[in-house]
Amino acid sequence: MTITEVEQGRLRSPFYPRQADLDRLNQWHDWKGYASADGFYDTTLEYFSIRNSTGVFDLTPMTKYRITGPDALDYLNRLVTRDMAKIKPGRVAYAVWCDDEGQVIDDGTIFHLKQGEYRLCSQERHMAWLQAAAIGMDVSIVDETEEICGLAVQGPTSFSVLQAMGLDGIENLRPFGLDTYDFQGTELMVSRTGFTGDLGYELWTTPDNALNLWDALFAAGELYGIRAIGTDALEHSRIEAGFIAAYIDFLPAHVTVRSGRSRSPLELGLDWLVDFKKPNFNGRRALAEEKRKGSNWRLVKLDIEGNKEAHNSYIYPKKGGGKEIGFITSAMWSPVCKQNIAIGTVRAPHGKVGDKLYVEVYYQREMHWSRVMAEATVVDKPFWDPPRKRATPPGPY
Amino acid sequence: MTERYDAIVIGAGHNGLVCASLLGKAGRKVLVLEANEQVGGAAVTREFADGYSVSSCAHLLYQLQPQVQKDLGLKVDLAGDKLGTVALAADGKHVRLNGDDISGVGDEDTANYRRFRKRMTRFSDLLKTYLNKTAPRLSKDASKSDMLTLAQLGFDVRRLGKTEMQEFLRLIGMNIHDELTERFESELLRGAISLDAVLGTFLGPRSPNTILTYLYRLAGSHGTLSQPAGGMSSVTEALAHSARDNGVVIRTGMKVKRVVIENGRATGVETESGETFSSWLVVSNADPKSTIMNLVGVKNVETGFTRRVHHIRMRCNAAKLHLALDGLPTIAGVEKREFGGRFVIAPDEAYVERAFNHAKYGETSAKPVFEVTFPSFRDTTLAPTGKHVMSAVVQYVPYELREGWSEESHAAFEKLAIETLAQYMPDLPERITASELLTPLDIEEQFHITGGHWHHGELTLDQFLFTRPVGGAHQYKMPLDGLYLCGAGAHPGGGVSGAAGRNAARAILKSGGQV
Repeated sequence: MTITEVEQGRLRSPFYPRQADLDRLNQWHDWKGYASADGFYDTTLEYFSIRNSTGVFDLTPMTKYRITGPDALDYLNRLVTRDMAKIKPGRVAYAVWCDDEGQVIDDGTIFHLKQGEYRLCSQERHMAWLQAAAIGMDVSIVDETEEICGLAVQGPTSFSVLQAMGLDGIENLRPFGLDTYDFQGTELMVSRTGFTGDLGYELWTTPDNALNLWDALFAAGELYGIRAIGTDALEHSRIEAGFIAAYIDFLPAHVTVRSGRSRSPLELGLDWLVDFKKPNFNGRRALAEEKRKGSNWRLVKLDIEGNKEAHNSYIYPKKGGGKEIGFITSAMWSPVCKQNIAIGTVRAPHGKVGDKLYVEVYYQREMHWSRVMAEATVVDKPFWDPPRKRATPPGPY
Repeated sequence: MTERYDAIVIGAGHNGLVCASLLGKAGRKVLVLEANEQVGGAAVTREFADGYSVSSCAHLLYQLQPQVQKDLGLKVDLAGDKLGTVALAADGKHVRLNGDDISGVGDEDTANYRRFRKRMTRFSDLLKTYLNKTAPRLSKDASKSDMLTLAQLGFDVRRLGKTEMQEFLRLIGMNIHDELTERFESELLRGAISLDAVLGTFLGPRSPNTILTYLYRLAGSHGTLSQPAGGMSSVTEALAHSARDNGVVIRTGMKVKRVVIENGRATGVETESGETFSSWLVVSNADPKSTIMNLVGVKNVETGFTRRVHHIRMRCNAAKLHLALDGLPTIAGVEKREFGGRFVIAPDEAYVERAFNHAKYGETSAKPVFEVTFPSFRDTTLAPTGKHVMSAVVQYVPYELREGWSEESHAAFEKLAIETLAQYMPDLPERITASELLTPLDIEEQFHITGGHWHHGELTLDQFLFTRPVGGAHQYKMPLDGLYLCGAGAHPGGGVSGAAGRNAARAILKSGGQV
C-alpha cells in the first residue's frame, strides 16, 4: 500500500500568488480550511494602513451561501432575527441567527443580490443548520465559498483607490449598498461593507479574475498607500469598531456544551437586530420570554483608565474587588483613539451605559508581574466611528 | 363575526373524540372537524364489499384505557371478549394462548410462559401508570408536578424489588428475540410472541426496543383481546355520542386545509371547502408530521423543532387484508368454535425476522406474517347470513416500496398473501368472493396518517415519554401558542387506547384551557 502525501493541507485563496510575493512573516492560520495570513510584514504597519490609507484583506475563506427560490425571503425571515423584507435588492444586512432557544449560532451579512436572490456570508460554516431551516420550504442553498473570492478594501483612501481603478459611479454607493461595476469587461460586484468601522468596500469576483483584480487594485492604490493586511491588523480595527467576533466575544450556540455558555442577541447588545414585530423567527419565543424576564448577561464596551491592556481580565463592580461580575473578551490599546479599550461580558443588571466598573489587569515588567484595578466606563458608541464611514460620496484623500 | 369556539379538534379519531368529549364535559365549547364522512379515524367499520364489513384499520380492542372509559362513562358493547390466540403450525400441532393459559407446548415451556407473563404484566402495569399521565419535563423549566412524576417513576421502578428492577432495566431496551430464545423451547410460541411485539412497527424481533413495544401492547388489559360488536365504529360512535352529550359539535366531511395563524398564534382552522372557524385553541388529532409540516406550515414554527418533527420515524409496514368469504375455511387441527378468536402465522421468530428483512430494503416480505380474525363468526352484522369476513394484519408491507406501489405490485402482494394463508387454510382461495388490501400507502390516503403508521410515529425509546413526539414538545402543547396535539403521535402512543386524548384534555384544562 502506498500512501500519497496530501499536496496541500489547506486551501489557498486565488489571491495567494500575490500574497506570497508580499509575505515577509510566513505566519498563516487555518480559516475553515483556507490558509489565511496573520500578517504580511508588520501588524502595526498593516493596522495603520486601515486607519490612514488603505488595507486589503482577503475575504475568500468567508463562507458564502447562495440562497434562492420562491421561499427565499420567508426562509431568511424565519432564519434571522431581523426583518429581511426591509432589505431591498442592492442592499446588505448585518444579521444574527439563533437556535430555538434564542441563542446565537453566528452572525454574518446577507446580500440581497437581486429580487429574491441572496448571499449569506459568515465566518463559520452552517450548511447543516441552513438545510434544517429549509425543511418544508421551496428554497435552494448552495455553498459558493470556492466559486466567489473577495477582497476587503478598507481605509480613508479606499474610495480614491477604487475611483482610480476606474469603477464609474462608485461615489454613489451608500453604506450597506451593493452594485456591480464594469471591470476590464467583466462584472465586478462591490459592496460598501467591512469589518473595520471605517470607510471601506468589499470586492467580489470569481477566482479566474482574482489576479487581474489584485493587480489593478494595487496599481491604482500605489500612490494611496495600499497594503495587504492580515487577520491581526483586522482584529484591532474590529475591536475599535466595537464589532463582536465568534469564538472570541461569544461562542456559537452549537459548540457550547454547558448551559449558560451561549448568548442571546439581547445579551450581545444586538437588540436592534431583533424584530419582535415578525410573528415567527427562530428563537422568537425564547427571546420574548427573555425580554420579559430579563437577560442573564450583557455585552459591554469599556473605556479603561491607564494604558495596560486588559486581556482576559475579570470585571468587578467595586475597586475593592469582591465577587467578579464578568470578564474581558477583547482588549487593546487603540492607537487611533488613544484609549485603552475592551469588549467584555458582565452579569445583568451590571453594565448599564455610564456604569463605572473595575477591571483587574495583570501586566509584566521585566518578568515581574504587577496588578492594577483600573476603572472602566461602560460606553455606548463604537470607539472608532469617523464621519467618512457614512459620507456619500466619500471624500477623496 | 363568526362564533369563536374554545377549542377546535382536527380529526374525529378516537383520541380526538376522547379529548373533545372531556373538554366538552368541562364546559368548553368544542368543534370537531373530521375529513372523512365517518367519525372514528382509523377505528372504523366500513363496508368493503356489498354486504361485507370489517374494522378497516384497527380490528381488535386490547388497549382501551379503563380511565378513559371511567371518565366518560363509556360502555363498549362487545361481541367477544378474552379472545384466544391460535399460533398456527403447518402440521396442525398448534399452540394456543389465552391470558396466562397455554397449550400445545411442553411442561417446561408452560411453566416458563407463566413466569414470563407474570413478569411482563407486572412491568406493563408499571408502564400503564405513566401512559395515563403527562410525561414529566426534564429541563430547567420542570414544574413541581414534573419532578413529582419523575420521582414517582423512579420510586415505582425501585419498588419492583432489586431483582425485578434489574430485570426491568435490562429488558426495557432489549429485543424480544433474545429473551424468547432464552426462555422457550417452542418455536411456535416464540414466533407468536415476537409477532405481537412487532405488529404495526418497522422493527423485527431482533431489533432493540421490541420488549418495550410488547409491554406497550400489554399495558391496557394485559393484552386481553376483545371484539367490539359492530366493529371498531361502535367504540368511536360511542365516543362521538359521549362527546355530543357533552355539547361537542362534530362535523364530518370537513377536511382541514390549514391552521389559521395570526401574530404567531393558532386562532382557528380553514377547511378545504374554504370555510374558516375561529377558536382559542386548536387541538390536532392528526399526526405530528402532518400537523406541523402541512396544517401549520414550517414558516410558523422554529427550525430546531421542525427538524425534530421532520425526523420522526413513521413508516409503517402493516397492511390490512379483508376477504369476503362464502364460508369459513378449514384449518387442520382447529375446531369451529376457535374461529371466534385470533390466528397468527409466525412459525418461529426467525421467520418473523426474515419477513422483516425485506422491509429494510423496500420490498414486501416473501413469506409475510399474519394476524387473522374472522369477526363475522361472533358478529353476524358484518356479513350476510351464512357468509363470513376475514380481517388480517399482514406484515411486512413497506410504505415506500422500492419499485413503487402500482396496481400490479398491489395485486401481486395480495396474491402472495392469499397463497401464504392457503398453506394453512387450503380451501380459502375458493371461498373468496371479494377482497381488499390496504397497504400503508392506502392507509395514509384513506385515514390521513403520514406513512400509514398506526402509532403516528414509531414507538421506540427515542420517541417515547419525554421525547414523544419530539423533545421539548411532549406535554401536548406545541411550540406555537394555541396549538395542542392530542393524537397517537403524542405521549403515550397509538392503539385504540384513548390515553393520548385524555392526557391532552387534562393538560389543556390544567393550563386553564388557553394559550
